[in-house]
Amino acid sequence: MITIPNYGMGNLGSVANMLKKVGGACEIAATYTQVANASKILLPGVGRFDAAMSRLEELGWANVLREKARTGTPILGICLGMQLLAEHSEEGNAAGLGLIPGEVRRFRFDGQAQLRVPHMGWNRVHICKRHPLVNSLDQTAKFYFVHSYYFECREQRDHLLTTPYGQHFTSAVQRENIMGVQFHPEKSHRYGMLLLKNFVEL
Amino acid sequence: MLITRVMPCLLMSRGALVKTVNFKNPTYVGDPVNAVRIFNQKEVDELILLDITASSENTGIDYDTIEKVVGECFMPITYGGGVSSVDEMRRLYALGIEKISLSTTAVSNPNLVQEAAKVFGNQSVVVTLDVKKTFFGKYTVRMNRGREDTKQSVADIARQMQEYGAGELVLYSIDRDGTWSGFDLELIRQVTNQVTIPVIATGGAGKLDDLRAVVKEAGASAVAIGSMAVFQGKDLGVLIKFPKLEELVGLFD
Repeated sequence: MITIPNYGMGNLGSVANMLKKVGGACEIAATYTQVANASKILLPGVGRFDAAMSRLEELGWANVLREKARTGTPILGICLGMQLLAEHSEEGNAAGLGLIPGEVRRFRFDGQAQLRVPHMGWNRVHICKRHPLVNSLDQTAKFYFVHSYYFECREQRDHLLTTPYGQHFTSAVQRENIMGVQFHPEKSHRYGMLLLKNFVEL
Repeated sequence: MLITRVMPCLLMSRGALVKTVNFKNPTYVGDPVNAVRIFNQKEVDELILLDITASSENTGIDYDTIEKVVGECFMPITYGGGVSSVDEMRRLYALGIEKISLSTTAVSNPNLVQEAAKVFGNQSVVVTLDVKKTFFGKYTVRMNRGREDTKQSVADIARQMQEYGAGELVLYSIDRDGTWSGFDLELIRQVTNQVTIPVIATGGAGKLDDLRAVVKEAGASAVAIGSMAVFQGKDLGVLIKFPKLEELVGLFD
């Protein structure tokens, strides 16, 4: 069973739809107990970093998530949900969940006028290391992105996928049981399904 | 680098899928949910769904059909038609719509574009401009399914929409709609020269070369196809289809 904490940041319907499609049972969690008892957590998110963190702190879920992370529960953050795994973000002053060392930075393209922010649309990924989450992904894989900020890992070994946009930025991270993807697997048809299926089967 | 997007532009009327010619004579082409299921299998980049009677004939937003469509839609979807408030937009985003297109309302009440961009972010707000060439060769924006001429040039309104916070523009050529005769490159050029936000060209696509031309020669960021996605060919029967991935690879290089 995959638990999707509903903390009011973004639409959870699409993620739940795709999980069902790939055969994963899921529940949308509204209570502290549901999150605390989760065996696997998918953390989506759309919106501002600070707003999301203050919501998670208010609900008391930030500490539950940190505790679940420490005790080995697989956690997958999507989009803003991935950025929340970091320690800080340039998008605000709130502390992140701090589950993977790194900072969230805004895209800046000085003198590269043709590159627009937000980075919005389909883009490719480069696989940095072997991990079950990216099993069977190949070079033809493409994913749908919408974001203005990206995760800057402090440690090389935490990079899972990178994507070219101006520079190569980190489009997926992984450290032990903690995973995050910057793109929207639930809107990336076959490739997103493969990735979510991999998460279901972890 | 981002991949150039090619997307079907589907027209809906009273819960059915239709296709028009020059914004007139809607022909029934099937069931929207079924069509989306097929486009899903064909792995299209994105989808635009416009309800053409929601506002012009006051049938309202068909939340039931939209919800069913979204349930089958594992790619980003833009919905347009009959949206006139932030509350309606909130309800649509909650259903799983990624972007909302404002058309007549954007022109008559540009403050809604501004408010929506502030509440939901620029990337969630699309403005669709329906454009017709006048007798004197000027491109003006029309409202209410082409019936009402604003007499304002498309370049002026496009610039204004960008200032108000639109994240993307769809330029819909009424003259080319359903004609298979190629995009109106001059129309698209007049706008891409004036704005920095992505411009999606629609109206007139008949063959792959048309898609290439509007991107390479007129500066469109993405293309939407109507007839090409729902008919076998010009004056032929209904067939939900989409160019093959192999045909699109390299088309825009």
